[in-house]
Amino acid sequence: MSAQPPIPESSWRGIAAVSVIGILLLVALPYVLSTYYLGLAVEMMIFALFAMSLDLLIGYAGMASLGHAAYFGVAAYATGLLALKLNWEVWLALPAGLVVAALTATLFGLLALRTRGSYFLMITLALSQVVWGIAFGWRSLTGGDDGLPNVPRPDLTPHWSLTSDTAFYYFVLILIGIGTLLLIRIVSSPFGYALRGIRESETRMLALGYDVWRYRLAAFVLASTFAGLAGCLYVYYNRFVSPDYLQVVRSAEVLLMVILGGAGTLIGPAIGAALIVLLENVISAYTERWLIVLGVIYILVACFAPRGIVGFIRELRAKRAGP
Amino acid sequence: MSALVVSDVSRNFGGVQALSNISFEVEPGERRLIIGPNGAGKTTLFNMLAGAFPVSDGTVTLFGRDITDLPAYERARLGLSRTFQITNLFPRLSVLENILLALQAAEHGAASLFRRMRANRPLYQRAEALLGEWNLTAIAGQTARNISYGEQRQIDLILAMALTPKVLLLDEPTAGLSAAEVVRVVGMIRSLSKAMTILMIEHDMDVAFDLADRITVLHQGRLIAEGDVAAIRGNPHVTAIYLGADEME
Repeated sequence: MSAQPPIPESSWRGIAAVSVIGILLLVALPYVLSTYYLGLAVEMMIFALFAMSLDLLIGYAGMASLGHAAYFGVAAYATGLLALKLNWEVWLALPAGLVVAALTATLFGLLALRTRGSYFLMITLALSQVVWGIAFGWRSLTGGDDGLPNVPRPDLTPHWSLTSDTAFYYFVLILIGIGTLLLIRIVSSPFGYALRGIRESETRMLALGYDVWRYRLAAFVLASTFAGLAGCLYVYYNRFVSPDYLQVVRSAEVLLMVILGGAGTLIGPAIGAALIVLLENVISAYTERWLIVLGVIYILVACFAPRGIVGFIRELRAKRAGP
Repeated sequence: MSALVVSDVSRNFGGVQALSNISFEVEPGERRLIIGPNGAGKTTLFNMLAGAFPVSDGTVTLFGRDITDLPAYERARLGLSRTFQITNLFPRLSVLENILLALQAAEHGAASLFRRMRANRPLYQRAEALLGEWNLTAIAGQTARNISYGEQRQIDLILAMALTPKVLLLDEPTAGLSAAEVVRVVGMIRSLSKAMTILMIEHDMDVAFDLADRITVLHQGRLIAEGDVAAIRGNPHVTAIYLGADEME
């Protein structure tokens, strides 16, 4: 990626080998894990996609958002409501959720993209709170604080139900896989390089003839749509959606996943998401003070690995490679 | 038709009049040097020509087309390119990636989302050829912020002229360079095609007189002299500004 020397042929083979092993492992998981841990794996994958989508904004386009849960949440609500109240099939309800996320992002993008830096952070936060307020207040539609329980697990066809945990796991695996491949493609496309250019120098990009504003809007809508996909899958997984999905705590959590893993790569945020989901589940078994632990993790990362886990590993490697 | 017509352009920042009623024309292929003491308004003028911020008054015309109200990126697409007084690269990208972004700017609008950048071999070949042309192949893989200042100034110049713009604005391309690097950068500028019209801000009088077809002199936001090298050299008003007691740089 950025500022990295070209990857030599041998390590491409290494990357390919690791990928193949990883995919085989993921495919084999339902035969190895108990229901509880399989559910945890689903959650990890969903949040990995959510974190990667945010990193498209932060790590590539250089736009730190503190309201990314809004798009995760509106897609979850849209899909949940359509599935619950109108009995829409998954192949309708899920795309509808993505469309709602994209439209919300377009509208909010038009407002937020006038700003930069910490102002962008604040306005994305404010806009996500607007959505949270609607979900919280509109009881007749959203159930307010109680949320919407009993969202059904989808059937792909009358013969292929996703009610079994294994089938649902594969359903999520395939969609997250597609989402991840699309994201990889986007960051290695000319568009993805243009986003890096905007992150590095907006004025130079303008002087070169790039319509920076459009690129930033496109990145914002794309990132939000991928967050929406994560939200749609999460509502089917949990069979429940509540204002918690849209909360600022969730936006902060996904931001922390990106920072912990390492912004500017896709693998970093995925690792960060998996770790935080795992820690949250393990630690919650012992204490309810998860947020304190999360805060401590954040401080430790900020002090000792400001570039996240991936950045930390890269620095170690660079040190070992030679003075 | 003139390459660039600046007509009665003014700019004020709050109450400060940075430029007052500047008018001049630049012919196609011309090398026009803009000189003047610090604070004369040279960079302000460039920022308005490039569209970094709007004029307060007046018009700017590029090959007969009024570009006064166009945003910077649209001016760039019309063939108006610029360098920056303070080096403005993509610091954490490699030198090669810097050049690729400059070349790729011409492909705007193309559905570029799901194509692999690396699959575009011709683009890479053009970028490598450009670096080869200026003997910078050795630093292609280095991160832009890690190369020397002199090299950064050269890359800044290459980014601006990568797409052979019609009009090239160079803002002090030799500032801060060693004597040897100045020779090199001046050589680069001299070898640029006459298809490009060049406006260049320069503090070094030797460099300015060396490169210029015509010279425009700004002082305290006003255009005070314009002419060929001999005329400017012999202009007592210009000499007074540069050597005068109160305006010494």
